[in-house]
Parts: sequence; structure tokens; C-alpha cells
Amino acid sequence: MSILTAPRPSARSPDGFPGHRFLVDEPLRLDCGVDFGPFTIAYQTYGALNAERSNAVLVCHALTGDQYVADPHPITGSPGWWTSLVGPGGVVDSDRYYVICANVLGGCMGTTGPKDANPATGEPWALSFPVITVRDMVRAQKRLVEYLGIDTLFCVIGGSMGGMQVLQWVASYPEAVFAAVPIAAASRHSAQNIAFHEVGRQAIMADPDWCGGRYLSLGRKPARGLAVARMAAHITYLSEPALHRKFGRNLQDRNAVTYGFDADFQVDSYLRHPGSTFVDRFDANSYLYITRAMDYFDLAAEHGGALSAAFAGAQSRLCIISFTSDWLFPTSASRELVHAMNAVAANVSFVEIETDKGHDAFLLHEPELFATLRGFLAGCAEHRGLAR
Amino acid sequence: MTAEPVSRSAALELSLADGPRTAETAAPGELRRDLRLIAEMIEPSSRVLDIGCGDGALLAYLARAKEIDARGIELSQSGVNACVGHGLSVIQGDADRDLEAYPNGAFDVVVLSRTLHATRQPKHVLETLVRIGRRAIVSFPNFGFWRVRLSLLWRGRMPISELLNQPWYDTPNIHLCTIRDFVVLCDEIGIEIERSITLDRHGRPFALDPRGSLANLLAEQGVFVLRGEAR
Repeated sequence: MSILTAPRPSARSPDGFPGHRFLVDEPLRLDCGVDFGPFTIAYQTYGALNAERSNAVLVCHALTGDQYVADPHPITGSPGWWTSLVGPGGVVDSDRYYVICANVLGGCMGTTGPKDANPATGEPWALSFPVITVRDMVRAQKRLVEYLGIDTLFCVIGGSMGGMQVLQWVASYPEAVFAAVPIAAASRHSAQNIAFHEVGRQAIMADPDWCGGRYLSLGRKPARGLAVARMAAHITYLSEPALHRKFGRNLQDRNAVTYGFDADFQVDSYLRHPGSTFVDRFDANSYLYITRAMDYFDLAAEHGGALSAAFAGAQSRLCIISFTSDWLFPTSASRELVHAMNAVAANVSFVEIETDKGHDAFLLHEPELFATLRGFLAGCAEHRGLAR
Repeated sequence: MTAEPVSRSAALELSLADGPRTAETAAPGELRRDLRLIAEMIEPSSRVLDIGCGDGALLAYLARAKEIDARGIELSQSGVNACVGHGLSVIQGDADRDLEAYPNGAFDVVVLSRTLHATRQPKHVLETLVRIGRRAIVSFPNFGFWRVRLSLLWRGRMPISELLNQPWYDTPNIHLCTIRDFVVLCDEIGIEIERSITLDRHGRPFALDPRGSLANLLAEQGVFVLRGEAR
């Protein structure tokens, strides 16, 4: 293993995105059976690793997230997706912790994914990219963490698909995780969630510009399909009360409905907007691959059908967090995790946060979430013997 | 026992089962008297589960005084958030629903303080306590306490006391019992009472046999150390 580019945050790599690159030389055995590599992991870091190498926090990003936790997004310029939580003096305090966030395997922000060139052909991988799983993502992260010289992560934290990665870390590398915070997560993707993902994938594949996945080689872009996929998914991240509170049935810049298919309603217009900005920063094939990875996630199945077996070796201090209005990853899914962890007497805390903001609440400013995390991390830091 | 109708302040006082435990005859930062009694029964470095842990006063005390990394279960969201926010390991849940998953003998001591009477299935909860804990410490208010009896006999009204402080229509306490009731139930389901302490209305222990009539009349609450017989 070696470094592809100098590990300076300002360094620009060949793909033009700022940040660190780590070239994984030795191929990774994927769940699908392929030995994949060499490949690149793009990652950001915040703060400094202490002498004992005991203060590293790995942040795992969600489906459409990336490594720019607390940096402006290089394409959209929007603030980092978790600036509310990560930074100097923040809940995940970069003055105290060494924060790492890597773009997942199969992603499109610098880590090798379907939009990158297949060395064998020189053409973008597209659908010849191997199908990856959440466990593959975590295997890749483990390589990065080892490369950074860290035996035990102080904490692994993430929401949604990030929470799945956290759970996978605890199951796969129990000795390497001191504390773990899966937020708005579940031990498996539900049938309903798979169904929503399938709608998104079908929208992409139905776009004539998708071209069987070869759109990059042909100089095209399935922007409409990807936007519809994003719109459908976006609804699942919200709650009915939140949508009603924000928009109700209010009309957009008009006094009456137009008896047509313009964005008559404010909610129409609201959904069209994220759909349109999303296509500028995300690769449609990455969307297919990463949603599939989530669909395949099932920790119990990985352990002979018994979820508790996944946590049998868990040594981490765990804090599971759910949100009352999240119907995509509901509290019942978190409670199932708690019971499985109780069955092996793991050290687990569980907090349900009252909010009407739905699944997206983990990305938003939720004072109760912040207070809980702050306290949990402080308690863990004390047990880990981290200086203030 | 007050002869006045239920006052708002009475209802706002110490919440029995679902509110955070507050200091009853204890200064701020000091542990409530019955909890202190329970804490004294717990050996250092035991594995402890506190069910209905409120704001985590006992857990925090055990961590501070006995270096015990105890776990808690609490129903109220505010209680859980306060506990986890203070670095304690607590899950949101209740005794009826969230104990089943624990394996046999998962803990050295399981504490159920002033919560039993708020559970839906107290008998099953007791059986579960002695299954998942090598010992269970259970405390509850005695419905046979003379003031409680007098309230019912004299006023013909449901009793309101310092420990039973909510009116009948607004109380989570759905399975109240006397000390004698409790002892009989333990005998019936084969739970051994290893030790028992009865407390007067100031929370001071007195030495009365829990099987005697006097304890059932004079004690405002009982603290019992239990273990399953057939192990």
C-alpha cells in the first residue's frame, strides 16, 4: 500500500477534488467473490492524531454523502454535510479528536467507483464495476485506518447507510472499535426500503440517456432519471407532518391551480430543486451500486440468521439513536438492534429523539441529538482516558 | 396523610415511577435514602442493571463510589437523554417489554426501585428479574401502610401520599400491593427472599419481619433482595 498523493488537505488529485488519496495496492476480496484492486480511497481528516493514536473518530457517510463532512462541497460549494456536528469545539470536536471520513467504495467523489476508468479497458467501469456491499465498504475503510496507523478507533459514527457501516464495523472488527454510534440505522434493509430503491434505479435505467450504463463513454448523462430517483428518495427522508408544516397544499407563486403539470404546489417546486442540484454532483451508476449495497445489507443473515451473533464479540460502548418520525429506519428497527445487543450483554445505550423531521433529522440541528452525543462521547473519552 | 383534597403541589411532587427520581429527604447531589440503601447492598465491580433508572442517580453514584459500570433502562425520554448525556449506559425501554432479550444471569444485581407497581405484568417481571440477575433488589411502596389504609377507610378515597402522589385517574401505578401480597407472590412463584428491609415514612429502616402483620402496617415501603430458587 502506498500514498497516491501527498496527504495535505489542499492537495488536488487527478480527479480534481481536494483532499487525501490512499492507493490500496493489494486487492480486496469482495463479497461478490471478485478480488478488486488496486483502487483509490479519497478521504478527509480534521484535527490531529494524538501520540497514543487513540483519538480517531471515523465518520461514515450516507447514500448520497461524501467525505466532505466539514468542508465546502467541491462541486456545489454547499457547506459540509455534518458541519453542525464536526469541527473545532463541535460535538465531534476536531480540537480533541482526529476525525476521518472516506468516500465509500463505489462512490463518485474520488474513491474508485463505476465512473472511474477500468485499467483493463481504459473506459469507465460502468456496469462492469463489481457489485459491492456495505461490508466491502467497511473492509476498504479498515485498510485506510490501518494505513493511518490506527489499531483502535475511538469512535465510529454515522447515520442511515453510515449507521449500517458502523454496525458492520462492530460486527467485523469488534476489537478495533472503542465506541460506536449508529444513528437512524437498522440491521437490514426492509422490503419497503428495497422497493423505494428499486423505484429510483428503474427511473435511472428508464432514462434514454442512461444507455445501459455507458453514458460516460457516449458523452451523455441520465440527469432526468437520476433527478426522479432523488425526488422519490427525498420523500422517504421526510415525514408527512414535516411536509405539511413546511408546505401544506400551498401554491407556488400563484393564486389558483393552473390545471396543468407545472409546479403548482410548493411541494412540487421543493422536490424539483434537490433533484436538479443532485445530478450535478452525483453519478447515476454510483447511485445504482450504492443503493444495491444497502439492499443487500442484512447483519443477521451474515451470522446464520441470529442478529445477536453479529454482536457476540462486541467490546464497544454503543449508542443507538432513532427519531420518532423516521419511517424509513423506524425506532422499532433500532429497538431490534438493542435487544440483539442485550442478548449478548453488550454495553449499549439507546435514545429515541422526538422530532417531526423524519429520517433526515440526523443531518439537521437537533439539540437533543447533540446533547446526547456530547454526553456519550464525553463518557467514552473518560473511559478511554483521553485528555480533555 | 393530608385530609385536604388532592392539591396540585402534591401531584407535582416526587413522581413515583415515570418521572426522574428526585431527592426525597436528600440534599441536591445526594442519593435518595432508599437508593443509598440499595447501593450499600451492591458489591464493588458487580454487573448491575437498574430498571426504571430515572435520571440515573443510582447509576452515577455506583460509578462514582464503587467504580461500577452499570446499565440502566428508563421509560421517559427525558430521563434517558439525561442519563446518556451524562455518559451513563441507558436504554429507552420498560420492564415489561425490554428484559426478555437478556440472557440468564447476565447481571450480578438487577435493581427495580419503585417501578414494579407500574408494570403491566409484575409477576412475569419478577420472574424475569431473578432469571437475568443472580440477585434482584426490588423496592415498592406498601399499600398496607396504615396511612394508606386509613385514607381508604376514613375518607373513602384513593390514597394520596408522598410515595403515591398521583390521583387514581392519572397514575401509572396500576398494580399496587402490600408487603404481605408481595411476600405471598414470591412464595408462590418460588422466589427466595434473601433479605428484606422495611422503611418508615422518613425512609429509615426498621427491623420488622416482612412476614409479620406489623411490618405490613407500619412500613411505608419495602426493599427486598431476591433470588430464584430453582437455579
